[in-house]
This record gives sequence, C-alpha cells and structure tokens, in this order.
Amino acid sequence: MSMINWFKFSAPSTFYPLAGRLIPVFWALFAILALAGLWVGFFVAPTDFQQGEGYRIIFIHVGASWMSMFTYLVMAFWAGMGLAFNTRLSGMMASALAPTGALFAFISLWTGALWGKPMWGAWWVWDARLTSELILLFLYIGFIALTHAIDDTRRADKAGAILALVGVVNVPIIYFSVKWWNTLHQGASVSLTKAPAMASIMLWGMLLCALAMWMYSLAVALMRVRVIILERERHTDWVKELLAKRSQ
Amino acid sequence: MYWNSFSDFLAMGGYGFYVWGSFGVTALVMVLEPLLITRRRRATESRLTRQIRAEARQEHA
Repeated sequence: MSMINWFKFSAPSTFYPLAGRLIPVFWALFAILALAGLWVGFFVAPTDFQQGEGYRIIFIHVGASWMSMFTYLVMAFWAGMGLAFNTRLSGMMASALAPTGALFAFISLWTGALWGKPMWGAWWVWDARLTSELILLFLYIGFIALTHAIDDTRRADKAGAILALVGVVNVPIIYFSVKWWNTLHQGASVSLTKAPAMASIMLWGMLLCALAMWMYSLAVALMRVRVIILERERHTDWVKELLAKRSQ
Repeated sequence: MYWNSFSDFLAMGGYGFYVWGSFGVTALVMVLEPLLITRRRRATESRLTRQIRAEARQEHA
C-alpha cells in the first residue's frame, strides 16, 4: 500500500500540487522557529564566559553546517534513486537541493571565518574540518556546473548523480574530522553518545535556529523543484492545462 | 536580558562586526534565494505560456 502511494507521489503531476500546498506550511514553521531561535539566541542565552558575545555566531554557524551536510545526503539519496529506478522526479529533486546546500556550505564557511578571526586570530586555516567543508562547497558547485553543462536532462541527471554519490564519502569526513585529526576547530557541540558540551539554553537556541533552517530548506527546495517540474514537463498536457488556466 | 541599550546590543561586547557580519550575510542569502526562485518561476511561466499560445496559433492556421 505504501509502495503505491510512494510511486503515486513520485509522479511530477501529483507532486507539483502537493509541494504547492506544503510550501506555506514550511514558511510558517520557519517564521515561528526563526523568531523563537533568534529570541533565545540574543535575549535569553547568557554571555559566554570565554568568548563573550562573539559566541552568538554559533546560533547560525552550527545549523548552517548541519544543513549543508544533511542536504548533501538527501541530494545524493535522490541522485541514487534516479540511477536505480530511473524516476523522473529524482533528478529534479537533486537539482533543486544543490543550490540551497551550496548556500548553506557558504554560510557555514562565512560565519566560520567571522568566528575564527576574533577567537583564533585567523579568518582561515587549512584545518581538516574547514578544508573538508570547503570541498563540500566545491562538490555542490561541481554538481551544479556539470548538470548545467549537459543539454540532455537524463544524461545530465546521470552524470550529476555519479558525482553526488562519489562525493558522499566527504560527509563523514567532515563530521568526524574533529575526532580523526588534531584540529583547531572545537569538537562536536552535540553528540548522540554524551551530554552536550554546552549550557542547555544555548543548546536550545541552536536547535531552534537549526530547525528553522531545516524548514527554510524544505520551503525553498520545494519552490525550486516546482519551477524545474514546469520546465521539464512543459510538453505534457497537465502543464499546458495548468498554464492555460493561469493565463485566462 | 543582557543589553542596557540598543547601542549596547549593536556593539555585541566588541564583537559587533563579526556577529552582525554573520547574521547579516545569512539573512541576505535567505532573503535573496526565495526572491530569485520566484523571479525564475515568473519568467518560466510567461515563457511557457507564450510558447503554448504560439503552438496553438500554428495549429489553427
């Protein structure tokens, strides 16, 4: 039963209106979580005893870094689905996620530089964590460039999927880099095996901001995938009917 | 509340440049991305609508 539903929603014509209904829900959740996260981050969480007010960059840095890695995994998942089952929607999903993932990788590096300068005395160091995150940004850019360079969308999806899947190996490298190598970057703030290494109110602010970014990513990726669906399905009757209704 | 005044809030204990540089660029990115997608959507819709109308005229002719 669930199989049938999955295949039903993997049809672009069914997914398009579903995504359209979900977008405002994710925007609303984003607004609530972002306001709550910023409130906790700036007005509830206390000053850090070592880093003063400078530590407040954490409220976006950690969420953006998580999103950049998680989005890559989801993108690679859809790419793999496309290779395995040749479903049309998979390649569109991967293409819709790549720019958002790239932007979060950029935000992660940008906020990291602005945090590194006052705390470490350097905007950038060739440290395992920072370098592997930079490679992640390059993987996103490579995926976008490669898929845009090939005119035939099916071939573009396949080439992009192979790149995305090979690049997956980089995600655990980023995540475990602070354990595997001696790095300047601090260890994980939150881990599944031990208590968080920070005050719980700071942790709450960070989680709220991370969840807000999650909702943002869902909303934006769905917005983009709807445009990609229109572009790629322009020769189908359902898109023609949809646009005819719109122009009346 | 840890801020005595608005300028105190802006100063961020001397880290204002770094904190607002981080939050500002993040906010800018998160405003621009949906705007650009909306623009791309409008452009795509009007281009495809024109194409469909042109095809319809050709069929009638």
